[in-house]
Amino acid sequence: MTVHQGGEEANGLWAAGNRDQEQLSFAALLEDSAEDLYENAPCGYLSTLMDGRIAKVNGTLLNWLGYRREELVGHRKFPDLLTIGGRLYHETHFAPLLHMQGEVNGIALELKAADGSRLPVLVTSKVKQDRDGEPLLIRTTLLDARDRRAYERELLRARQEAERDRERLQRLATTLQRTLIPPALEPVPGLDVAEHYHFASSDEVGGDFYDLFPLADGRWGFFMGDVRGKGADAAVVTSLARYTLRAAAVSDPEPAAVLANLNTALNRQAQEDEPRFCTVIFGLLTCAGNGTGVHIVLAGGGHPPAMLLRADGSAEYRPTPGGQLAGVVQDAQFTTVTLDLHPGDTLLLYTDGLTEARTSKAGERYGEEALLGFARALAPTSATGAVKALTGLLDSFGEGLDDDTALLAMSVPPTGQ
Amino acid sequence: MDVRTRNHVSVTGREGGPVVMLAHGFGCDQNLWRLVAPALEEHFRVVLFDHVGAGRSDVSAWSPERYSTLDGYAQDVIEICRALDLGPVAFVGHSVSSMIGVLAAVREPGLFDRLILLTPSPSYIDDGDYHGGFSEQDIDELLESLESNYLGWSATMAPVIMGNPERPELGEELTNSFCRTDPDIARVFARATFLSDNRADLAEVTVPTLIAESARDTIAPREVGAFVHEQIPGSQLVTLDSTGHCPQLSAPEETTRAITAFLQGP
Repeated sequence: MTVHQGGEEANGLWAAGNRDQEQLSFAALLEDSAEDLYENAPCGYLSTLMDGRIAKVNGTLLNWLGYRREELVGHRKFPDLLTIGGRLYHETHFAPLLHMQGEVNGIALELKAADGSRLPVLVTSKVKQDRDGEPLLIRTTLLDARDRRAYERELLRARQEAERDRERLQRLATTLQRTLIPPALEPVPGLDVAEHYHFASSDEVGGDFYDLFPLADGRWGFFMGDVRGKGADAAVVTSLARYTLRAAAVSDPEPAAVLANLNTALNRQAQEDEPRFCTVIFGLLTCAGNGTGVHIVLAGGGHPPAMLLRADGSAEYRPTPGGQLAGVVQDAQFTTVTLDLHPGDTLLLYTDGLTEARTSKAGERYGEEALLGFARALAPTSATGAVKALTGLLDSFGEGLDDDTALLAMSVPPTGQ
Repeated sequence: MDVRTRNHVSVTGREGGPVVMLAHGFGCDQNLWRLVAPALEEHFRVVLFDHVGAGRSDVSAWSPERYSTLDGYAQDVIEICRALDLGPVAFVGHSVSSMIGVLAAVREPGLFDRLILLTPSPSYIDDGDYHGGFSEQDIDELLESLESNYLGWSATMAPVIMGNPERPELGEELTNSFCRTDPDIARVFARATFLSDNRADLAEVTVPTLIAESARDTIAPREVGAFVHEQIPGSQLVTLDSTGHCPQLSAPEETTRAITAFLQGP
């Protein structure tokens, strides 16, 4: 049928040029090529009945498989030519799709040749219907895909390797992250302390850090900070900030002096193209000794303000206005604020992952005002209660919480407990 | 989560008619029933659903823990029956879903009044005298085919499809979408399907059961059909004059007749 059509088209085209001899030889070429093109096409052709029985097959495919025509036609089904795994795939995917869609394109399968060797092919099948639209037979084209499959195997191998590397990286990042936050805080006599760390990413080290540790004379130091950025660079600064703060607190626990020491250390480490800085709050806590509460001196450098939740149900920020980021300029200023925690009061430190969490698709942030409202509704509470409530709040942000977030709270239990 | 959304459940057909639940097997989705469902809807209330991970089920409900054995899928079937609360149902399970039906009916026989096992196999792996037809290496080959063919699936399109359940046309425009599955999910389902051995569960079935095998089926050959028939007490066996593992597509009228005759029989 196609031969006839092709011949006609060619006749029309060439007659116009009135070149009889060329017309004849071209037509002859076409006459010859139709059958020959089918038989010796650069791809395998296969026609099967709807149940898969082979009705027609071209020479190319016979050649690939090493079968004689009479071994296949009327005797074998298309799935018989596949590997067993391919046959399973054919029955569970290929055949159902062919039934439902009338055609399936470019499926990678393997043929099994007469000598047992395997030939990767790309298979495309289309159902031919009779005049009433009833399925009549399946026409299948098979392309030699040896090179392609080798290439795909390479890709697959590379992907599997990348996945393994990613897993290793995640393990490494998680391990490193855990070394940057204290495994468990030391209990402070007469104080309820709670903390929480939300990891935003499993394959990058975040930059939030905190700690609470004893100093001499019944005093305690604590801090919370947030290093700009993520990953290895952030981890370097986090680690440096942590040990500098702890060491500085031992030599001079006055909070503004501790932060000044940190600022010097960060500036010394900073490289020209890689500024190393962080927001930070450092606190010095002195127990009153008679169970009536604790005295706290806070120094802040660009960190979100601490929140005080009072026993009377009120809540307020205790900012340290004018405090500068640590690590940016040589003589950074850090301001100090003092406060007393009485029985039933809770002090909360947090990083900006909390206030910067997105609360809508438009990108609105949770914000300090909403946090203040949340705290007012929550107060009075305890350190444990505050961290539990805020962890629930963080969970409610879902994917809107895209940064690491640290929480550290301390409270004096109400009297009589 | 609502199991109706989770499993993309639809209920159609004759109001108040006896309930038939059609469960698709490994590979594609509930569209596999498209040639038999309309005829069944004339007599029956027809429940269609997608296994979690297939078709338009809620992929976020999928977990490797729950769905790496057939028990997770059987639990889903039980949950769908309970949620719909339509009384005892006739369960028609194709291929692996026949064993999912067996597990569900053994666990909660009160939820089912009939079982129809279409091209069932309780175990695909050869084992001594038992001839399942395949070896573990064959199953590895299948997994390789899955790896090479991401039917209708691409990681870039997945979020578009999965993130817009309210706009199904996004997914339907893709070819091969009936067999669209996340490759990671397909791998787990393939292993659960072809490496499970449920031979010992067959004798526990107390629900009246029909085994409908395909006359020429390389995945579930006739000797496997005979084995299932022999193991399930009081079961009936019919052999459909069809080729291949999906008689509901290759011989839909005969499949419909067999289902209807069994459900309307004594």
